[in-house]
Amino acid sequence: MSYQHRKILFDPIADNNPIILQVLGICSALAVTSKLSTTVTMCIALTAVTALSNAAISVIRNHIPSSVRIIVQMTIISSLVIVTDQFLKAYAFAISKELSVFVGLIITNCIVMGRAEAYAMKHPPLPSFLDGLGNGLGYSALLLAVGTVRELLGSGSLFGYPILLLERDGGWYVPNGLLLLPPSAFFLIGMIIWVVRSWKPAQVEEPEYRIYHAHRPEVTS
Amino acid sequence: MIELVNLFITAVFVENLALTFFLGMCTFLAVSKQISTAIGLGIAVVVVQALTVPINNLIYQFLIRDGALAWLGLSDMNLSFLGLISYISVIAAIVQVLEMFLDRHVPTLYNSLGIFLPLITVNCAILGGSLFMVERDYTFSESLTYGLGSGVGWAVAIAAMAGVREKLKYSDIPAGLQGLGIAFISAGLMALGFMAFSGIQL
Repeated sequence: MSYQHRKILFDPIADNNPIILQVLGICSALAVTSKLSTTVTMCIALTAVTALSNAAISVIRNHIPSSVRIIVQMTIISSLVIVTDQFLKAYAFAISKELSVFVGLIITNCIVMGRAEAYAMKHPPLPSFLDGLGNGLGYSALLLAVGTVRELLGSGSLFGYPILLLERDGGWYVPNGLLLLPPSAFFLIGMIIWVVRSWKPAQVEEPEYRIYHAHRPEVTS
Repeated sequence: MIELVNLFITAVFVENLALTFFLGMCTFLAVSKQISTAIGLGIAVVVVQALTVPINNLIYQFLIRDGALAWLGLSDMNLSFLGLISYISVIAAIVQVLEMFLDRHVPTLYNSLGIFLPLITVNCAILGGSLFMVERDYTFSESLTYGLGSGVGWAVAIAAMAGVREKLKYSDIPAGLQGLGIAFISAGLMALGFMAFSGIQL
């Protein structure tokens, strides 16, 4: 794998993360992360769909008239999502029931659409595939972080296996019920953004409004 | 009648699409910097949602549910795997038609909503509304009410969020939280507020 390909694949994980920098694909990040098993399923499904749809759209990119490109992209993406949905229903029925509408909502997940529109329409298939894979992995990295914290601290287990012994089973850990509620995902993602931006200050946004600093202190005193 | 009023209120507050199911979050966070644009987008979502949910309901009831093609004599046909692709095509088509209709007949409204209409096709709240309608097996009148109610709920949420963010820009926020970070945290606080409605059975 050449340097360039590696850059396309790994850039979206920290430097250009789809969720915390491009503001794409947030809906499912919040709703499916209360348990690691659903989180992992969702990550695999989304990464597969993004990579394959990017590759497929890129193969036919020179034949798509620009006026109907959204419909063409939608058709490709929704066919892939239908395949994923049927696959999950066949092999992981319980998890697909828990994910309910969120597998279907991969169609409107902005990561898939956004990468198809911004990258796959202009680049050859292999880089597009890697770009889709990379963005899927960037999404997965964030979701897994949120899912781990929520399940570990919210119910004291990981993948359903108890890690921290709960107080009601004779252990010491009192679970934090807030982390099982969906709003906690907002706080966790907000804090992850804070951490990442302190680590990579280039991502910090400029404030829209600043209080004017008086240059002569005697004016204000 | 009273059930429909209850369904409407439930869809607006108790099951608010934006703040309890987190649908349409990308646009919710990206287009909530100004109250006026947020309200414009909110109105567009209400209109599209009130059209697409009932139409998808008709498609589901008469074309793709298990045994729905009985009126063609094909009573053992189950096309429900085609659901997702049909709903999204209906949504894309309606948004396109609405855009052309507004451009031709109501140019003032088109100019104010114009830029938001293409965004709505990929708004998960719209597809989510249709998928919830299928999952809960609503009748036609219920789906009409649900579409209207969930659209209004989403519009209320984004307008409130824009109000919060307009004030927020004057506050002193740590550099790393500036912009998106603080938007997430304030959306989380709003969602906590909306949790007060949860569990209310009308």
